[in-house]
Amino acid sequence: MEWVGAAVDRVDGRSKITGTATYSGDVNLAHMAHAVLVLSTIASGRITTIDSSEATRMPGVLAVITHLNSWKLPDQGRAGVNPPAGRVLTLLQDEAVYFDRQPVAVVVADSLDQAKAAAAHVKIGYAAQAPTLLFSQAKAGAHAPEKVNQESADSERGQIPADSFAGIQAVYTTPMQHHNPMEPHATVAQWQGDQLILYDTTQYVSGCRTTIAKTLGIPRDNVRVISPYVGGGFGCKGSTWAHVPLAAMAARQVARPVKLVLERPQMFGPVGGRPQTEQHLLIQADDGHRLTGTRHEVFSHTSMIEDFTEPSALQTRMLYGCDNVQTSHRLVRLSVGTPTFQRAPGEATGTFALESALDELAYRLNLDPLELRRRNEPPMDQDKRLPWSSRKLLECYSQGARAFGWSSRNPTPRSMTTGKLRVGLGMATATYPANRSPAAASAALTEDGLLIVKSGTQDLGTGTYTIMTQVAAQTMGFPLAQVRFELGDSRFPEAPVSGGSQSAASVTPAVQSAVAQLRRKLMELAAADQGSPVFGAPLEDIVIEEGAMGRRGEQRREPVAALLARTRTSHLEAEAATKPGAEKQRHSFHSFGAVFAEVHVDPELGVVRVARIVARYDVGRLLNAKTGRSQLLGGIVMGVGLALMEESVLDQRHGRIVNANLAEYHVPTHADIGIIDVDVIDDSDPYIDPLGARGIGEIGITGVGGAIGNAVHHATGVRVRDLPITLDKLLT
Amino acid sequence: MHNFSYARPRDIEAALRLAAQPGSQFIAGGTNLVDLMKGGVQMPGRLIDITRVTGLARIHELPQGGLRIGALATNADTAAHSLVRERYPLLSQAILAGASPQLRNMATTGGNLLQRTRCPFFYDIGFRECNKRNPGTGCAALGGFNRNHAILGTSEECIAVNPSDMSVALVALEAVVQIRSLRGVRQVPVAEFQRLPGDTPQHDTILGPGEMITAVDLPGNSLARHSHYLKVRDRASYAFALVSVAAALELEAGGVVKDARVVVGGVAHKPWRVAEARALLVGHHLELRSLEAVADAAVRGAQPRQDNAFKIPLMKRAVVRALSEASQAGRTGT
Repeated sequence: MEWVGAAVDRVDGRSKITGTATYSGDVNLAHMAHAVLVLSTIASGRITTIDSSEATRMPGVLAVITHLNSWKLPDQGRAGVNPPAGRVLTLLQDEAVYFDRQPVAVVVADSLDQAKAAAAHVKIGYAAQAPTLLFSQAKAGAHAPEKVNQESADSERGQIPADSFAGIQAVYTTPMQHHNPMEPHATVAQWQGDQLILYDTTQYVSGCRTTIAKTLGIPRDNVRVISPYVGGGFGCKGSTWAHVPLAAMAARQVARPVKLVLERPQMFGPVGGRPQTEQHLLIQADDGHRLTGTRHEVFSHTSMIEDFTEPSALQTRMLYGCDNVQTSHRLVRLSVGTPTFQRAPGEATGTFALESALDELAYRLNLDPLELRRRNEPPMDQDKRLPWSSRKLLECYSQGARAFGWSSRNPTPRSMTTGKLRVGLGMATATYPANRSPAAASAALTEDGLLIVKSGTQDLGTGTYTIMTQVAAQTMGFPLAQVRFELGDSRFPEAPVSGGSQSAASVTPAVQSAVAQLRRKLMELAAADQGSPVFGAPLEDIVIEEGAMGRRGEQRREPVAALLARTRTSHLEAEAATKPGAEKQRHSFHSFGAVFAEVHVDPELGVVRVARIVARYDVGRLLNAKTGRSQLLGGIVMGVGLALMEESVLDQRHGRIVNANLAEYHVPTHADIGIIDVDVIDDSDPYIDPLGARGIGEIGITGVGGAIGNAVHHATGVRVRDLPITLDKLLT
Repeated sequence: MHNFSYARPRDIEAALRLAAQPGSQFIAGGTNLVDLMKGGVQMPGRLIDITRVTGLARIHELPQGGLRIGALATNADTAAHSLVRERYPLLSQAILAGASPQLRNMATTGGNLLQRTRCPFFYDIGFRECNKRNPGTGCAALGGFNRNHAILGTSEECIAVNPSDMSVALVALEAVVQIRSLRGVRQVPVAEFQRLPGDTPQHDTILGPGEMITAVDLPGNSLARHSHYLKVRDRASYAFALVSVAAALELEAGGVVKDARVVVGGVAHKPWRVAEARALLVGHHLELRSLEAVADAAVRGAQPRQDNAFKIPLMKRAVVRALSEASQAGRTGT
């Protein structure tokens, strides 16, 4: 049975819909206490006084933990720093305050209500210093990061000519954003002697384990991280933020298991977010509409305590053919929480700037924006000087344009209408790197013939359980129901962070390899067993189909369970570790896509609605037509939010996020989403991994901001270079 | 959340007796108050849950014409009520433009009239300055992010806006609030129920201690057929108004305006009546010039702050649009 690629329903769907899936915050242990974070209300300075006497006396309160009575950690709590999992954290080690909503105390009580009530009575005095909050001013002191995604912060090839036939020079900005997965961060910490168990909602169980062990100064073997279900991550759960070690510290201090769940406003500061960017673009073309020069300079903010770079210029190094390209990334320090990876870090914001600038250039050239891109399709990755592993972007353009009806577009801005509304049609290119990391998996057969496959990967709601079950079932020759895939436990064979669109490419080879080894062992067992229909057969003549074994070309089949019972085999297992080879030295790996957007704009009120998006992607082989489509579709919805709504507003005096809740931090509602038509050029990447699948976690959001911005310009004649495109920017 | 005592009386008299004690506050749907209590913005010592008080959820016709909507009628039930939809479609539209279905299923008429502003500096006690929350501490919105704050009727003490859509329609429909206390009964037009901040922004309404809203009365009038509620917001659903307009017209055969009401929302501490609309429109056909005159009147005296100057042109365009739509509404019979 060909399971890989099929539109298989989520294997964990029923458990989620019926509420039996146990998320971290659902874990309840005997004698468990509840912890609540107290966060700073200043953005810079130090704590001068802490009066917890009243809080300590309140009913049910077990502890009020501050820097005065906390567990003193090695290296001031910074022994675990090693991104992406290990970040520079503030763990109640001293009185310094570096950002608003920094954890400054933890209150532990018998019940959540008691802890919350007491937390409101912890009185903290500060000596505040003037925070650095104005990006425009702080930019003067911008510094270059050491590296940007393991690449150099700056790049230069050729020399941008001083003159050009046509050119665009413009500045684009994107705001600070926060991830806001539906499930907030949650940790339950339990000590059993010197063993620490963490039920933590994380995109990286093994990274969390290492970070916690180092941070607390305990052996890695003493830490276990369990995370079977994650209610959305979008990057903020890729790192182990302060609440995780704080929960462990609190549990040790009160000698009880402790649950710590962040409240929604607490997700706007101490657990990362997307930094704001200011992107300076210069793009030039000659009279043949070929790009002659591209410069992309990115400024993004980081915190006072750690460098994180939004790598918005990386795609500009390789996306289009151009001999003269300069890019740079610079960091602006602000008194805010450290930003982090969020939904296609770099490409989501970078393609907005680059694809907007290309649209502007196309208008300058009086050329169809799609044609401009086609003419600058590069034969190879000019940055890495490598051929593409596969690049079907031209097919994405043509298939997308046909499905969208691009040819009927009148290019003149404000020329198209529907009823009283202006219609805008815009397009942009989507892209995201294809990554693969080392990963391991184990496979075992129970005595009744159930295949259990384990890997310490994660499912953020994206479909990992399902695609790994498909891969295992197909490799073994089992029906899906005879396979159980388990993940989210640091005791399982190690897998990488579920971030950077790499889980599919990294973990499927390990699952395939472990299951293939187990299959071989099973065949050897059968071939040596006189009762088996394949007794004495060479392994290459043995087949397993629908869970039963037989000789190729013969009718007789025996269920695997019967073989195991007869041979009294109670356990058969195999384990495999796989890793990428030298393919990255030989090819450049990226996914691509073409995004077409139709917007309707009210000409007087400026209200923008995205009526339709058509997108075609080249992501290698899609492992599940249903969950894959859903993931791409979800990325596009996030792109609508990026384009039109999402913005964390920083109070310029206090450094506190003003709209730290889901009523005022807008993401799209159902009513904001029109038709979304997604499809893939379903063609294996021949080099990325045995199945030819590239990850699809991030690419859906890329290009959407540009496509919508370009459509809004087409509808209105107004070029909005500052996201989000809110209606006040269109009132002309 | 702070500790509080809780009572759930069965009749109005018992509820009013409980409410006479200091620190008491009524709670019905709780869609706003519970949030505020969780955030430490409001800390009532005693909650009087009136959801079991009988007789307050009815919607029924008044003998002299008009409709009485009980204080406990949910927003969902009110918006869906056949008489409301038939006679006061403006109200139905306004309610359905607000919040989400889940919230409207819980929220009540009385609670909607009393909902507090969404000013972030009021809502988050992490910001110290807020004259509405703590009188005398200042107004953080004046020098802070105030894109969605008031441009009309503000004071230097407070520039918050009333977030209710329902109230805007009720003012246009000249609805009257029925109020009871142990001292008796009084009636206050919705237009006078909510107040401007002045130097006491801690008071959103004229409702006194121990007083309970029991109903809202909609007078019988002929403004229903040609009406429109226009809400302009940052996303298609579940967002507070940047500006909104309740427009209601009575048209004579031939299209001459016999009566008119225009009330705007999202721009002041209360629904803002454009009183001049009647004089500018009555006796004439609707023409763009007169609509624009009403639009100018709507923003007369507007005082924009650093982030909300866009509300002035937006409101003017919204007024013109809403009046145009209201006049069209009659022709399509809605």
